[in-house]
Amino acid sequence: MNQTRVLNIMLVLYVACIFAFIFAPILFSLVFSFNSQRFPTIPLGEFSTEWYAKIFADPDVWIAARNSLIVSVSTAVVATFLGFCTAYSDFRYNFRFKGPYLALILLPPTIPLIIMALAMLAWLSKLGLSGQLWSIILAHSVLTAPFAMAIIRLRLNQMDPDLESAAWNLGGSEWQAMRHVIIPFCMPSIVSALCLTAAVSFDEFAVSWFVSGLNKTVPVVILEIVQGNIDPQVNAIGTFVFLTSMTLVILAQVFFISRQVKSHS
Amino acid sequence: MSEPLVTFRNVKKHFDDFVAVRDMDLDIYPGEFLAIMGSSGCGKTTTLRMLAGLETPTAGQIHIGGELMNNVKPHERDTPLVWQSLALFPFLSARENVEFGLKMRGVAPAERTRRALEWLNRMEIGEFAERNITTLSGGQKQRVALARSLVMEPKMLLLDEPLSALDANLVIRMQAVLTRLQKELGITFVYVTHSQSEAFAMADRVVIMSQGEIAQVGSPKDIYRAPANRFVAEFVGRNNILTGTQVSQDGNGIVVETPSGTFIASAPETARSDGSEVTFVVSADLVSLSVEEPQDRNRVLCTLISEEFVGSMVTLFLESSDGHEFKVQMQERDLIELDLHSGSQIWLSWAVENAHVLDGE
Repeated sequence: MNQTRVLNIMLVLYVACIFAFIFAPILFSLVFSFNSQRFPTIPLGEFSTEWYAKIFADPDVWIAARNSLIVSVSTAVVATFLGFCTAYSDFRYNFRFKGPYLALILLPPTIPLIIMALAMLAWLSKLGLSGQLWSIILAHSVLTAPFAMAIIRLRLNQMDPDLESAAWNLGGSEWQAMRHVIIPFCMPSIVSALCLTAAVSFDEFAVSWFVSGLNKTVPVVILEIVQGNIDPQVNAIGTFVFLTSMTLVILAQVFFISRQVKSHS
Repeated sequence: MSEPLVTFRNVKKHFDDFVAVRDMDLDIYPGEFLAIMGSSGCGKTTTLRMLAGLETPTAGQIHIGGELMNNVKPHERDTPLVWQSLALFPFLSARENVEFGLKMRGVAPAERTRRALEWLNRMEIGEFAERNITTLSGGQKQRVALARSLVMEPKMLLLDEPLSALDANLVIRMQAVLTRLQKELGITFVYVTHSQSEAFAMADRVVIMSQGEIAQVGSPKDIYRAPANRFVAEFVGRNNILTGTQVSQDGNGIVVETPSGTFIASAPETARSDGSEVTFVVSADLVSLSVEEPQDRNRVLCTLISEEFVGSMVTLFLESSDGHEFKVQMQERDLIELDLHSGSQIWLSWAVENAHVLDGE
């Protein structure tokens, strides 16, 4: 057996271990969500959808799901809009202090969530804006706009800068060039940014918990379930949240990567 | 000549400390094929971009069709540009690319499709109309880019090194397409290039730029035979440049004493006094070779250093006794008769009228 083959097998094993490490807890959660027994032990009990029935019967969960949906969709739109604007300002203009400007825009995700959450609460309550659904939207937009910007900026960097000038040259005003050239060119990354920011907002806990007041989102409800007692409902709802986020993230990847492959072929 | 379509008057363009164009005066006439040529950084592309409104002059005035254009926005002008990068919209089909300008101008969909297809057919790429632009070849994209600009029916077409990305044989074909189009349409082409062969093959007039200034404007033949200064003489290449002191004048011309010998050059337009420094050029293809010492007064004995073949033409590099390099261009079949080899001694000679004195040097 030659050396590269051994090395390849080891690499595959290594990657498999990493995936196992990341996904095993989620997989267990998924398995136990269909387990009839109250405690997560092996051997498993019977197959059961009891816990799903229970959470779907709980009006609190429905309200939280509705809140989460409103928050994540609104956040996605606001954050992607902000992200697009900042990415475009970086693409189009050169100005003094552009470095610090970009650093400042990319800063929010580097701040520990708990600090961010506390700061948001202090700030929003001073302004009398805390405890509302849109307080969460506001906070999440700040938190996720940098992700949207990073994705859209990547796409803009692939654009021939002459394209925009060509649109002007052919009689398009600045707005027409934006609408007919820049936005269509960035569309895959815009959809991708919408999916990703929605996913991040949907399962964000710390900030939501601090600024939400009585308007609970799904992650906040999960914590409340866990705090009470050991309840397999949490497996069911966790699986639901995981699948939602995963779908959005995968969609984001599909939109971004498939278009990139196409434009390079 | 008729009224100029475009005038540049004292036009300057600065980018921070860098002067891209300085004090430019230039007239462009309706229906002419004008090439602006120079090496990179000479200001030729900046000049073109100012015509398209993509750069605003720092000082001076640009008029198009009698109107002052300095502060007219790009989209309010009728100056379509064919880009070096082509700048075709990758998310649109060939037809949609050609329709783009008409769409911006508010032409109805049916009408713009008709006009786009007409131009695609005229450029012989009608069959690719619905193809995505990224699937077309370089030559096909080139034709789409031309159609996209020409469908606007402009009075003037700007071209920024449009052939620089194509294979050599495709360049020759596109040159034919461009010259034919320009003659058929009768519109002005302003063609920026660094390639002398492109400029000389297509243009009615050539502008040679150097360091933001116009070094010479003239027909390709004028520039080739009578370069205005040393820069142009060196830039167009294949010129023998000799500098010396004027010792006397006679009816034929002026007598110039150089380190390589004493020669007679044709009288310059502006006469100068004896004792002044004179530079003259002799085009490499106007120099004759002979084994016997020739009768001409303009003769010099040289040693062959090397040869360079391009097709059936050959350029010989020779050296006179004082170490000055001479270039001679000739047909390869004429060279065989001379039976030369490296180190051979041979006489160079040229007629007085072919020794052209550079003005102002």
